[in-house]
Amino acid sequence: MFTGTVVWASSGDEQHKSKGNPIDTKEEIDAYIRHHLQDSHDFIFYTDGETGTHYGFPLPVILWDGGIKTFMSSKFHHGESVAEVGGSYYKLYHGKVYKTDAEGTITLDDHDHPTNAKPLDFSITKSVVGMLFAGLLMLLLFSALARGYKKGPIPSGFARVLEPLVIYVRDEIARPNIGEKKYRKYMGFLLTVFFFIWILNLLGLTPLGFNVTGNIAVTVCLALFTFFIVQFSGNKEYWKHIFWMPGVPVPMKIILMPIEVLGMLTKPFSLLIRLFANITAGHFVVMSLIGLMILLKAQFGAVGSTGISLILTLFISVIEILVAFLQAFIFTMLSSLFIGMAVAEHDHH
Amino acid sequence: MDQLLNDFSPGLFFMQAIILLILILLMRKFAWKPILNSLQDREDGIQGALDAAAEAKKEMQNLQADNERILNEARAERDSMLKEAKELKENMITDAKVEAQAEADKIVAKAQATIASEKKAAIADLKNQVAGLSVEIAEKVVRKELSGKDKQLELVETMLEDVTLN
Amino acid sequence: MYNLIGAGLIVIGGGIGLGQIGGKAMEGIARQPEAAGKIQTAMIIIGALLEGLAFGALILGK
Repeated sequence: MFTGTVVWASSGDEQHKSKGNPIDTKEEIDAYIRHHLQDSHDFIFYTDGETGTHYGFPLPVILWDGGIKTFMSSKFHHGESVAEVGGSYYKLYHGKVYKTDAEGTITLDDHDHPTNAKPLDFSITKSVVGMLFAGLLMLLLFSALARGYKKGPIPSGFARVLEPLVIYVRDEIARPNIGEKKYRKYMGFLLTVFFFIWILNLLGLTPLGFNVTGNIAVTVCLALFTFFIVQFSGNKEYWKHIFWMPGVPVPMKIILMPIEVLGMLTKPFSLLIRLFANITAGHFVVMSLIGLMILLKAQFGAVGSTGISLILTLFISVIEILVAFLQAFIFTMLSSLFIGMAVAEHDHH
Repeated sequence: MDQLLNDFSPGLFFMQAIILLILILLMRKFAWKPILNSLQDREDGIQGALDAAAEAKKEMQNLQADNERILNEARAERDSMLKEAKELKENMITDAKVEAQAEADKIVAKAQATIASEKKAAIADLKNQVAGLSVEIAEKVVRKELSGKDKQLELVETMLEDVTLN
Repeated sequence: MYNLIGAGLIVIGGGIGLGQIGGKAMEGIARQPEAAGKIQTAMIIIGALLEGLAFGALILGK
């Protein structure tokens, strides 16, 4: 975490800004944080504010705009120039690709949102890289654990750390919520989602600058998976409780129906909002506290402001490590709770 | 909300859906299934071993009880055998005693009978001898002494006295 | 401006709710220490549900 704060702080002079003018006002820091929270098409570790050189590497851009168009994001020159591909012109504006004319004009509406056409963007963005990395890591670690069982019943080495986690998810999350008989079917989803979210959350705490689970599209996708699994595994009782609640008078049944349908939809909504908001808030707070180093320099001097910022950031970062686990746990827990509600055999009361 | 909808990237959503789907399938095939199966196997194995140990303990207890029972039986058998032998011995002793007594009685009876018959015979013999002697004496006396009547009578009388003494 | 007042109200409400959950959970654990694990899990789930509600309100209001 310590190195993380330092790298973040040192990469504070980054992006968008003109040469020789480091980010040092409140508005600039705010804009920088907002930029970090968004997905990006290239990987930048450090930008030299004096010369405006970015140190990092570009990522491939894949657009669907009447046909697949692929090119490297270096063509955008970090949003400074227009990329011309197959007769169409594209420009980056606040991390998003817009279709423009040859000059790269972007027209804004009243809310400062561009009115330009947006091509469908299937690029390998930073978040996609993060996801691929997490997926690969999981495959490597857990297939090693699986192979370890061929040698003997007790795993060795790092697999010893992983095995209790798998057992934890199985015994503390899946079994009590879904039930002894049916939990096995959902273990693949629950385990994958748990470790996927956890690894991505932790990846967000490294100085690499990932913010995958703080992306609304990612959490929407995760929550939709849970939503569809719950709906497809719902038994007759489940649907009966939604559309024709047993044991209450008919007028009540009619009133309860829309409420229950709404409840069906708010469950995944709260799942996606919770994960998104927690991670976004965590990143925001950590980066704001790092920003304090620059903002408080005038009042406390370089050493004082750095010290204050360091202690606060360290404290919040430790909490964020806990939150990283807690959010993965909560997501998996609630998913299995919803699945358990859908497959439960009700005793008739 | 507005801001969020604007931030929502359909492309990223699509990529995430594909990656997650593939990841779930791959992990299920290559990791979760073998891991969960191995865990299940191991837990079943442990349960089986525990059950087997409990079973063995029970068996052991049974065996011990069996041993105890056999030992008791053996002990009882030995006791009864000892008792029998003792009885046999006593019987034999009493039998022998009785037999010996009978034999002894028989011998004594025989001896008495013999003694009696011997005595009888002896007495008869003696009588015969006495009679013979008496006749001889009488002859001698009669020849010598039967000169006087008085002397004859005296003799008869003393002789008679002697005879009755026997 | 109104957004911020709303956010403040949400945080106050959520804080009271979380405090209630946490306090009652502590009482429960103090009364029955052997059920601490179950109470903790239930507490985290209810806390998460409340959190989802509060975040939902915050984001809808933004």
